[in-house]
Amino acid sequence: MLTNLHAALVIARRDYVATVWSRAFILFLLGPLIPILFGVTFGSVGSKMSAPAAPPTIAILASGGEAQALRVARKRIFTILGDEGLPRIEVSTTSDADRLLKHDEAAAVVIGLPDRPVLRGAPEVVSRHAALIEWMLADARRDRALDKAGIVLRPVTLKREFIAAPAHSDQNDRSTLARAGQLLLLFLTMILTGMLLSNMMEEKSSKVIEILAAAVPVDAIFLGKLIAMLGMSLTGIAIWASVAAGALFAFVPVSALQMIAPAVGWPIFILLSTIYFISSYLLVGALYLGIGAQAGTVREVQTLSMPLTFGQLIIFGFAASAADQTNGPAAIAASLFPWSSPYAMIARAAQRPEIWPHLLAIAWQAATVAMIVRVGANLFRRSVLKSGGAGIWRKLIERSSWVA
Amino acid sequence: MTQELAIEAKALVKQFDGFRAVDGVDLAVPAGAIYGVLGPNGAGKTTTLRMLLGIIDPDSGERKVLGNRQPLRAANRIGYLPEERGLYPTMQAREAIAFMGALRGLKLGEARTRADRLLAEHGLADAARKPIRTLSKGMAQTVQILGTIVHRPRLIVLDEPFSGLDAINQERLEAMIRAQVDAGATVLFSTHVIAHAERLCERIAIIVGGRVRFEGSVAEARGRLQAQVTLVTRRTEGAWRTALPADARCENGAWIFPLPGNGIEPLLARLIEGEAGIEELSIERPGLHDAFVEIVGETAAQGIRKEPEPE
Repeated sequence: MLTNLHAALVIARRDYVATVWSRAFILFLLGPLIPILFGVTFGSVGSKMSAPAAPPTIAILASGGEAQALRVARKRIFTILGDEGLPRIEVSTTSDADRLLKHDEAAAVVIGLPDRPVLRGAPEVVSRHAALIEWMLADARRDRALDKAGIVLRPVTLKREFIAAPAHSDQNDRSTLARAGQLLLLFLTMILTGMLLSNMMEEKSSKVIEILAAAVPVDAIFLGKLIAMLGMSLTGIAIWASVAAGALFAFVPVSALQMIAPAVGWPIFILLSTIYFISSYLLVGALYLGIGAQAGTVREVQTLSMPLTFGQLIIFGFAASAADQTNGPAAIAASLFPWSSPYAMIARAAQRPEIWPHLLAIAWQAATVAMIVRVGANLFRRSVLKSGGAGIWRKLIERSSWVA
Repeated sequence: MTQELAIEAKALVKQFDGFRAVDGVDLAVPAGAIYGVLGPNGAGKTTTLRMLLGIIDPDSGERKVLGNRQPLRAANRIGYLPEERGLYPTMQAREAIAFMGALRGLKLGEARTRADRLLAEHGLADAARKPIRTLSKGMAQTVQILGTIVHRPRLIVLDEPFSGLDAINQERLEAMIRAQVDAGATVLFSTHVIAHAERLCERIAIIVGGRVRFEGSVAEARGRLQAQVTLVTRRTEGAWRTALPADARCENGAWIFPLPGNGIEPLLARLIEGEAGIEELSIERPGLHDAFVEIVGETAAQGIRKEPEPE
């Protein structure tokens, strides 16, 4: 007899090849377009990702005639240059420059007018647009000199002050990243578990399961199916990642990507996300496969998958509600509950730099995965080959189908 | 010397929701034999085979397959064709056979080589790279049968192997079964068609209602019934009448009686001596179907076919 693992790999290989060469896999690959389109449409994930590409705003703090002269100068310069590639320049009468920077209302501010102008802001914005601001200040000053005799026309010396990007801005981006990660995890897990269930139904209806069960232990069949779907999904993820990386490098400036870096850094975040995805898929997939084995017909599968899907959504909601309070009691509870743990931890990876909680979480999830896979395999073994009679789950399904 | 057994089952019991599908089955399948499990549909044949293969476990009783109490431990030496045929519709014929070989421990490359050879030997070389769904039903069944033997098993278990096959393919399958046994394998198959068992089997078990009603050789089964003699004479009366057995009965001018224990020759001599004027004398030996009816009764026998269903 083959060892369980060897037998599982024989089955996994067959399922993997069959799935990857099927039309269903093309649909699976196109799947992520749906949340991305949603994100773009409703201005959540997509708009956040594309925000850095918008021109930065530079606020010039001035009042009275100075402000008026600056507005005229802005108009004149923009008429000459056009507004493509230029920052948005707003002349503000407020005196609270810090507030503008802190609340992300401006990437840089000009203060100290009229005599000691200072351009303060993000290094990239200050370096790139200082000359333009100098030109505008000089132009406005010339106007003022012409209008009012007695004002001495002196060259403008614009002092530059660089400040680090405000912490709260990172936090917003990371919070968005955490939610996007959770959403993607939910989406992938739901698609895969659905495919897993269909695959098993196909196997039961084509009676191949009988041949498999006569040759290898049922546990190996169960494991083989899980491995095949996991392999298929990792192939899909590799394809998506390649396409996404290509698109990002082609269309998004590196600086924009740096602005939304997760707290643990991109390489570790990607690694952790992959681990949490595998963990989430195995936890949910094992349960689906175990309970799905009770079903004898497609109708029964539909009846079964509905409460399971609701359950997944509730768990996702629970983890998502705690996403921003990574050290709060709700987030800790979500990290401990096996099915919500991957969601909670992916949010944590986006927002908190510590690695040790992830090591603990991965160990805990590995232990629960082993346990749940065992339970799922037992359920599977008890029901998938039963030729007569009905187990308690199946009786419940039949009753609910009859009532429906 | 005790004969080596490929399968040994004692008091196997399997219940499904209180229904006893198999109720204390004993089987002893000699190594190298063609062994038939006969019974009407629903008799418990398939459940018995599934227990023997380790697909399901018995509620009680013992089984030993190729010397293993856990049948899956011997899985690489067993081939199994289930009653409900199962192949992946999108898989190529050669890949399907190779996959079944790989499940039974063959390396994939070796399994593919053997699959190509088997397909060529059975006239299906052109179908090797075609998906199963494009093959005819008969071809698909042949592919599945080839998948059952690709790893050269020592024990081949076939559940209703002839159902769905036309007469030509039934003959081919019978020839293949004989060839496998000649090569040293043991074949156990279930059927509800007597003719196949009668042609192929050395030993049979008759299962009805989850119980074995008979277990032995085909000759032993037939031997439960005596041969019937039919005699037609020119003369209706005379001394020859004393030669007839006491239980002889006359039906439509013919005498019918069981073949005497000492054979036909003494009777024949007395009939000639008594000038009976023999016009016709025939001996009809009972077939397995007659034995089956005798063993299980007329009602239970209704679920069994004497000859294969015409395709």
